Amino acid sequence: MVIEVSNLSKKYIIGHQRQGSYQTLRDTLAHTGRSLWQRLRHPLSVNRETVELEEFWALKDVNFQVQQGDCLGIIGRNGAGKSTLLKILSRITEPTTGRIHIKGRIASLLEIGTGFHPELTGRENIFLNGAILGMTRQEIKRKFDEIVAFAEVEKFLDTPVKRYSSGMYVRLGFAVAAHLDPEILIVDEVLAVGDAAFQKKCLGKMGDVVKEGRTVLFVSHNMSAITRLCKRAIWLEDGCIRHSGNADEVVQTYLSQGVIEGSIIEFGPETGREAQILGIEILDYQDMRSNNLLIDFPFYIRLWYQFTCDINRYRVGIRIRLPDGFDILTSSSTDIEGELLSDEAGIHSAKIKIPERLLAPGRYLLTCFLGQPGLRTLDRHENVLTFRIEGKMKAYAEKECGVIATPLVWSLEKSPLLHE
Amino acid sequence: MNEIIIEPNRNVSRFWKELWDYRELFFFLAWRDIVVRYKQTVIGIAWTVIRPLLTMIVLSIVFGRIAKLPSDLPYPILVFAAILPWQFFSNTLSGSGISLISNTNMITKVYFPRIIIPSTAMVVSLVDFLISLVIFMGLMLWYGVWPDGKIVVLPFLLLLAAMTSLGAGYWITALNVKYRDFKHIVPFIVQFGLYISPVGFSSSVVPEKWRLLYCINPMVGVIDGFRWAMLGEEIDLYLPGFLLSMGLGMLLFVSGAWFFTKTEHKFADII
Repeated sequence: MVIEVSNLSKKYIIGHQRQGSYQTLRDTLAHTGRSLWQRLRHPLSVNRETVELEEFWALKDVNFQVQQGDCLGIIGRNGAGKSTLLKILSRITEPTTGRIHIKGRIASLLEIGTGFHPELTGRENIFLNGAILGMTRQEIKRKFDEIVAFAEVEKFLDTPVKRYSSGMYVRLGFAVAAHLDPEILIVDEVLAVGDAAFQKKCLGKMGDVVKEGRTVLFVSHNMSAITRLCKRAIWLEDGCIRHSGNADEVVQTYLSQGVIEGSIIEFGPETGREAQILGIEILDYQDMRSNNLLIDFPFYIRLWYQFTCDINRYRVGIRIRLPDGFDILTSSSTDIEGELLSDEAGIHSAKIKIPERLLAPGRYLLTCFLGQPGLRTLDRHENVLTFRIEGKMKAYAEKECGVIATPLVWSLEKSPLLHE
Repeated sequence: MNEIIIEPNRNVSRFWKELWDYRELFFFLAWRDIVVRYKQTVIGIAWTVIRPLLTMIVLSIVFGRIAKLPSDLPYPILVFAAILPWQFFSNTLSGSGISLISNTNMITKVYFPRIIIPSTAMVVSLVDFLISLVIFMGLMLWYGVWPDGKIVVLPFLLLLAAMTSLGAGYWITALNVKYRDFKHIVPFIVQFGLYISPVGFSSSVVPEKWRLLYCINPMVGVIDGFRWAMLGEEIDLYLPGFLLSMGLGMLLFVSGAWFFTKTEHKFADII
């Protein structure tokens, strides 16, 4: 066991300005007087008359273990406590309660280019950044050429870093960090910056680190990166571990929160709303409700919605996404004639047909919306239903063959062999 | 195998080992501060020469010619011998006073013993000191003043000056993290101190009965010591005062380091 976290909690104290609703001059004067008196008596502590203190627990009783060679993914919403957890593991801040036992040298990558000084050249910053991250000078000298090659900045090694483009900056920062040799590596959402080529490189490098048998803790919002790199994952929410276990499973659970596993969802009509989606259902080719659909047949999505007054120039539509949040398809009523709809008060329904052999087998998330383009969104439900497409793609199907299943036309020609 | 236990209010038993482990980072950060100073400058290193020279000229004129304070040796020599430690002190103090706030991003993103940050200011000032020392040697040559064997005490006095300035620096920078008022104290000390400390004059002008009290300023002892060490037999050292200054300087250092390490675990949260 390489990391053991027990009963870890972290408390912050946040202050709120007291908003006084002071009606009379007398109230205002009394408040100011008390505030001044407080200041005189306790000059260095927080002024309790004007500031209210609240305890905020960023982490609450977190327990988990990491074994040697594990790659652990940490997922959760913004504000769940992921970065706080990493900061405590990196010894940047102290826990309020609890205990962590770590065996091995930790290197933390919480930010790209920590310590980079804009006036120094790329060459100088490699040494500086490497030293800050914990490498010795010998190590940096040894790996210098590798780092430069990885970052692809040979030409600009002797220019001050302030002249670098943001892409070069990020590549250089990651290149140095990528050549650390710690037993335990902690990475915090650093893949969020950089272009697609860079992200691919980063993921590749991190994959190498995992293959070498090192322990990695990886925080990210990129679910496909997590499932690709990590075998195990934990889901943090509001400072507590909500779920932990196999990475695929935890990611699925995380993404399905709020999603109904069913083929129909209905919403009770709310008073005071001009327009509202009342229900969404998925129907198979025989018009039966189902969310397990066969690839060889079309299926339908039907929405019905209610107007309490006349609505002009609106449209209704759907969006289909992959479970990791990647958008596949958006379609709305304007697709047919390019015209917006106008209707009177009442209940209306719309039905869209998804042709057979369009989407590949797999799981998809459905979003529906109702709105007046350029004006406002009337109603919207994100990732509200899931459906599966089943069946065989083509005669010889591989595991990951993309999302579009439409058979395309090939034309083949024969010619006699070319002679010498 | 490196084993670490992280708990609230952990003890500082790893402190010395970690300082040693991170010694390379200490030099890297000092190197960074020195290199950055001269980037994109035209006369760069000349500033290090101009500053002490100009200060000496101004102080010599003000205190020597105008105020006509007494002195056995040529006034510029007397003044320069005091400028050396004083500038070392004020540069170190100024550098360390704001060091933590200037390096906020490192403190919130990487772990290392935080005390390295204010301490690197000393290395930067040391470089300036050595350059000024060379100039001073040249000056002595010109006036025909020769140092005697007492000059070997110089490194010790330099260490004392370093401890005094770092001690004050540790206090101020640690307090400055929470209460930003403290950064204003540094320029005040530096300006005020230049006239209070015996830089422009010799401490022998202070009347006998106040002499001991005067030595509560730790830099008085350091400056007196420098003059005594470098300027030959002409200068006497007021020993009780020197010991008092020395004691206070060391106390400042120890208490500053203690306070800093006691509060450093909260820095990342409140900076």
